[in-house]
Amino acid sequence: MPDQLVFGMEVFLNGLMAGVLYALVALGFVLIYKASGIFNYAQGIMALFAAMTLVGLMEGIVPFAHLINTIFGTNIHHFGWHAPALLAILLTVLMMIGFAWIVNVVIFKHLVNQEPIILFMATIGLAYFMDGFALIMWFSDIKALDVGLPQGINAAIDEATFQIFNYGFFIDNLDIVATIVAAALVFTLIVFAQYSKQGRAMRAVADDHQAALSVGISLNFIWVMVWSLAGFVALVAGIMWGTKSGVQFSLSLIALKALPVLMLGGFTSIPGAIIGGLIIGVGEQLFEFAIGQPFLGGATQNWFAYVLALIFLVFRPQGLFGEKIIERV
Amino acid sequence: MKMKLLTAVAATMMAAGPALADLVIVSTSYRTGPYAANGIPFADGYEDYFTLLNERDGGIGGEPVRVVECETGYNTEKGVECYEATKGEGALVYQPLSTGITYQLIPKATADGIPLHTMGYGRTSAKNGEVFKYVFNYPVNYWDGASLAITHLVEQNGGTLDGKKVALVYHNSAYGKEPIRTLEKLSEKHGYELMLLPVDHPGQEQKAQWLQIRQQRPDYVLMWGWGVMNQVAVQEAVNIRFPMENFIGIWWSGSENDVKAAGEKANGYKALAMHNLGSDYPLYDDLQKYVVDAGKAAGAGDQLGTVLYNRGLYAGMLAAEAIKTAQEMHGVSDITSQQMRDGMEALEITEEKMASIGLPNFGPEFKVSCQNHGGNGYGAVSQWDAAAGEFKLITEYYQSDQDVIQPLIAEDSAAFAAENNIEAGC
Repeated sequence: MPDQLVFGMEVFLNGLMAGVLYALVALGFVLIYKASGIFNYAQGIMALFAAMTLVGLMEGIVPFAHLINTIFGTNIHHFGWHAPALLAILLTVLMMIGFAWIVNVVIFKHLVNQEPIILFMATIGLAYFMDGFALIMWFSDIKALDVGLPQGINAAIDEATFQIFNYGFFIDNLDIVATIVAAALVFTLIVFAQYSKQGRAMRAVADDHQAALSVGISLNFIWVMVWSLAGFVALVAGIMWGTKSGVQFSLSLIALKALPVLMLGGFTSIPGAIIGGLIIGVGEQLFEFAIGQPFLGGATQNWFAYVLALIFLVFRPQGLFGEKIIERV
Repeated sequence: MKMKLLTAVAATMMAAGPALADLVIVSTSYRTGPYAANGIPFADGYEDYFTLLNERDGGIGGEPVRVVECETGYNTEKGVECYEATKGEGALVYQPLSTGITYQLIPKATADGIPLHTMGYGRTSAKNGEVFKYVFNYPVNYWDGASLAITHLVEQNGGTLDGKKVALVYHNSAYGKEPIRTLEKLSEKHGYELMLLPVDHPGQEQKAQWLQIRQQRPDYVLMWGWGVMNQVAVQEAVNIRFPMENFIGIWWSGSENDVKAAGEKANGYKALAMHNLGSDYPLYDDLQKYVVDAGKAAGAGDQLGTVLYNRGLYAGMLAAEAIKTAQEMHGVSDITSQQMRDGMEALEITEEKMASIGLPNFGPEFKVSCQNHGGNGYGAVSQWDAAAGEFKLITEYYQSDQDVIQPLIAEDSAAFAAENNIEAGC
């Protein structure tokens, strides 16, 4: 088999894996948009905040230590403990639930029935607030995150593909874990939305706020629940991306990777986020491999992702799986 | 009553206003944003050095130094805003800390008569002082960096790179593209094949680039990265089991931040260095006593001895020495930015001078002149020791290939002079 074809297959598989990571970020957007019509600009910073909190708890970092030291002249930094990853994850989930509750009580409770643009602007404000708050709370240094996830080349795939193609494929163990986690997450979310009482209530709120309220569904509860779920998804995305690059401010920029996925998959579809992520992941990697690097000087991934999303927008504005936009006159 | 109130307000404003005799240094720092983890230690080191001089020596030549900090967030527009907002304070020199900001400030600062010090970044051909009269990029520049990396590899390969393949993984920006021309020229001289792999900002996704490295198997990888791009690149190199000792970053890809996330497996990663590392210098005793213990540190006081803190400290030291030179040249202590420029152009850094400052063997010796605003192109190679958790210099300071670099600088600066109607000369 020609080398380029084999290399292309390797790129294709890695594109699929990269797509899963994009989809993980996009899922958080979809959950909130589906239930409340809010495009949550703060989703990226939520991933950063969740990952920072996780590392902070694991490492026993004293929150706001710099601020405390400056005000009181103390010199405290660490509590002196190292929490197990699972416990720290559970505590971080509780923290994200608390965050969801505060966000709704302080901001969105007061913005019910406002225009979508107002809600969007509120999330921009929230993002900038969280940006500063997270850095004051956990500081801006780059923190290594190790919750025990495997990283590096998968030896079994390397060996198996070498037997077939005389060239071992590189597949990152972390990407495989991310794929399994994403699949489990999507399955759970779909089952939750379809079969649980709260899930059905969430869908009712998504369909019509007023109608849902009139049958006794608590809008506040549903919104807190959805923001909590989005916080959980942000934590998962933060763990996956943070394990790769360390937990640092740039984690909040992963939201940029989710936008073309949402444009392609649709803002209201959980499977759409996954399929959109896979298409973007494979498309951008293959384009870079076959056209970008050889003919255009390389670094075309972001460009290609947005161009592809734009093309989809032109022909199918609601995305692949989005709800069809029907305007009756 | 109204008169009394106005007088009180005026008196308060005068008391609160800056002392006119201060030596003003503007620190265009970035303590926020995606690059804050790198911006903080540099800003701390830069400011702490002047605090030390104020606290220990009463300033420079009897004049206190006033550091005005302006947050850029590593954003070019904000950097220009900082310049415009602070130049009226009587700033003696700007350290823009970004190649993008530098490119924007070169015409502005030249028109305003305020020197820029772009230490190891910015426009490389600014080394030609006959064209770039207000821009200084000593002690080294990017083209020196490219040459220093190749010289190191040539030495490791018994004097030739014939038949070898060298990949450059670079930030797809003006900064990242700086070494390409030099590396192309050097490939003609040393016979290696150059492979170019750009990475889009911010650099969190580099799978395609590292798969190509795995497929095409270059012997060495050089990196011009910044921020998260560095950490991801080191992790991806670890993932594909690329030999870390064959992976060399520019000095902006060689801080603790860049390797710690990858853990033990990053051991052996190399980076170029324009100054020495660690905190084992007499000056650090004074820093601890007069700055940190006195509660006057610029930040939390937890960055001392890190690579980028040392770089900020080094930049502060070079600015302070230029001020001293200017004071001696002009016989005044309260110098102007024009006089500062003269001081920078006459700056000479010797080992004796660095030892007297308390930083022996901290940086290369160099002499600035009207023709040469960039130093002599000396740098070293450092290597990450994961067990010790620190970078260590593994070579002496050595010189870049001036035979290749000087003609490139002359050519590029001549083009800039022609485009901007600048009459070159001293």
